[in-house]
Amino acid sequence: MTSATTDGPAPAGHREAPRRGRASGGDLRAGLLFLAAGAALNAALAAAGLWSDFAWPAIGASFVLLVLACERIGRLVPVKGRAAYERTLALGFPLLVLVLWELAADSGFINPTWFPPPSRIGAALWDLSTRYDRFSGTTLLGRPWLMPEAFSKEGWAGIWALVAESHVFATVARVLVGFVLGAIPGVLLGVVMGLNQTVRLMLDTTLSAIYVLPKIAIFPIVMLMFADPFGEAPKILVVGLSVFILMAINTMAAVRGIDRVYLMAGRNYGARGWSMLRHVILPGALPVIFSGLRMALGTAMIVIISVEFVRAKQGVGYMTFYYWEVLNPEKMYAGLVVVMILGVLLTYALQWLQRRLMPWQK
Amino acid sequence: MTASLPAAAPKIAARSVSKHYPTADGTMVALEDFSLDVADGEFVCIVGPSGCGKSTFLRMVAGLESISLGSIDIRPGSERGKPLNSVVFQEYAIFPWKTLIENVAFGPQMRGVGRAERLDTARYWLDRVGLGKFADYYPHQISGGMKQRVSIIRALANDPEVLLMDEPLGALDAQTRVVIQEELLRIWEETRKTVLYITHSLDEAVLLGDRVILMSAQPGRRLATFRIELPRPRSIAMTNSPRFAEYRAQIWEQLSAEVTRAMEARP
Repeated sequence: MTSATTDGPAPAGHREAPRRGRASGGDLRAGLLFLAAGAALNAALAAAGLWSDFAWPAIGASFVLLVLACERIGRLVPVKGRAAYERTLALGFPLLVLVLWELAADSGFINPTWFPPPSRIGAALWDLSTRYDRFSGTTLLGRPWLMPEAFSKEGWAGIWALVAESHVFATVARVLVGFVLGAIPGVLLGVVMGLNQTVRLMLDTTLSAIYVLPKIAIFPIVMLMFADPFGEAPKILVVGLSVFILMAINTMAAVRGIDRVYLMAGRNYGARGWSMLRHVILPGALPVIFSGLRMALGTAMIVIISVEFVRAKQGVGYMTFYYWEVLNPEKMYAGLVVVMILGVLLTYALQWLQRRLMPWQK
Repeated sequence: MTASLPAAAPKIAARSVSKHYPTADGTMVALEDFSLDVADGEFVCIVGPSGCGKSTFLRMVAGLESISLGSIDIRPGSERGKPLNSVVFQEYAIFPWKTLIENVAFGPQMRGVGRAERLDTARYWLDRVGLGKFADYYPHQISGGMKQRVSIIRALANDPEVLLMDEPLGALDAQTRVVIQEELLRIWEETRKTVLYITHSLDEAVLLGDRVILMSAQPGRRLATFRIELPRPRSIAMTNSPRFAEYRAQIWEQLSAEVTRAMEARP
């Protein structure tokens, strides 16, 4: 933060109506004034040695002043630069938080053992990607530095063998397989429940009851059901089960939410059975089904990470927990970062699919 | 029309039709003892106060609603495989997930007409109402008036024995409404389909219909019939003629009494 500057008092009674697209000196002055006030507040507290005691109020006030400053400065942005301005705001703020976190950890204001600065988390992430951990016997990405040699020796099979040993692959594969195995029957059951009142009345309460169960609580039961309780099957099944329940409930609501007039139109123009499903019910329910799929993806990530905490020898969740056991916070954080990156990438994949399947949406 | 059938045989024959709904407070009668014959190639408009069961009747004709008592028959034509009826809904009800051309081709598609043929039919109708260049647009990209045009030609492209229109222009603004009325007149004069047309608007009923059926407030009964003997082809300009005004006044006289009754019956 810059040092406080002494500003002259703002000219009173000189308020202009906010007008977009026209630069006004008042907004710029006010914006800078808010920034200066924020800097001055923090500097004053620090100088008095009171900053630590009032850390939370100071952070809150700084945030409010920053918002006010950005709003004033935002008014000066011409319509053409609007998109760039919005992107700057959306990416700039998280960046600012990371920088402040870094500074706070470096200056010893927060304990870097528990809150390692972003640079060290980044370094840990790099370390995880490029170095083999002999204790856990696996790596994050599957030893990419061995891949050229493996490819020249064994071709794609060599690459595959390396990828298959990685944490990221284990987690992604479990999530994807469980997701697909749960979503397809879930959507089908949801359609049936949406259309048939008898089935709906029979199953709705049961599904709602199972839905609120923490899925990790079912995991021991699921393990009992398999000859190899430590294998992949129970992990995939518990992911699939949670996706299944959510998608059944969600699809039922989606189908019931279709405007009746579309069903009447479909019927009047001769759609029956499969053609009704294909041309009216599924496309009509698709927007809600997709918002359900996004939620289900989040649930699947939560479930797989917790399952890997409990019982796995491979996977991002396992890796994160392992570094807790050996007390390496940087790598724990790196594990969480990997989970977030996976979440974002899988969400993008889902959005891509949505655009392909629903070209009629803006 | 085939020679074997008497020329007088009605296209739509509704005999003593009633509609009852069971409710918590007993049976609600929406429509009572309603009979109506529509001749082949006739344009019949039904008007009546809100809640008189006119839309319910139309849906019963369409087979979208069960009939409590009585019978409704649509006489099939000589051409086999032709659908008996197609509905134009007030809320357009064109599918947002299909392009305009896919929407218009929907009826033939459901009947198993080949892709090339049904798209040709759809394109023909789109061109006819000036929407040819929007064939690949989705409904959210076009205006309400255009959507209702698509809804109307979706029914026409299905080439049904009778066309059932449920307040098709009810949701449109006044100007768009007039434009589509004009278009509807033009298309109807050319195709001479049998049409059952529900509307709130007396102007619309007198302008379009060969006959106007007036219904009573709940329970819906048939109150009066007006034969509109304005010459065809008609146009919007006729709405200013003295004869038009006369028909309108005649119908309104009876309708206004019914509307008042309906309003007093329901607080």
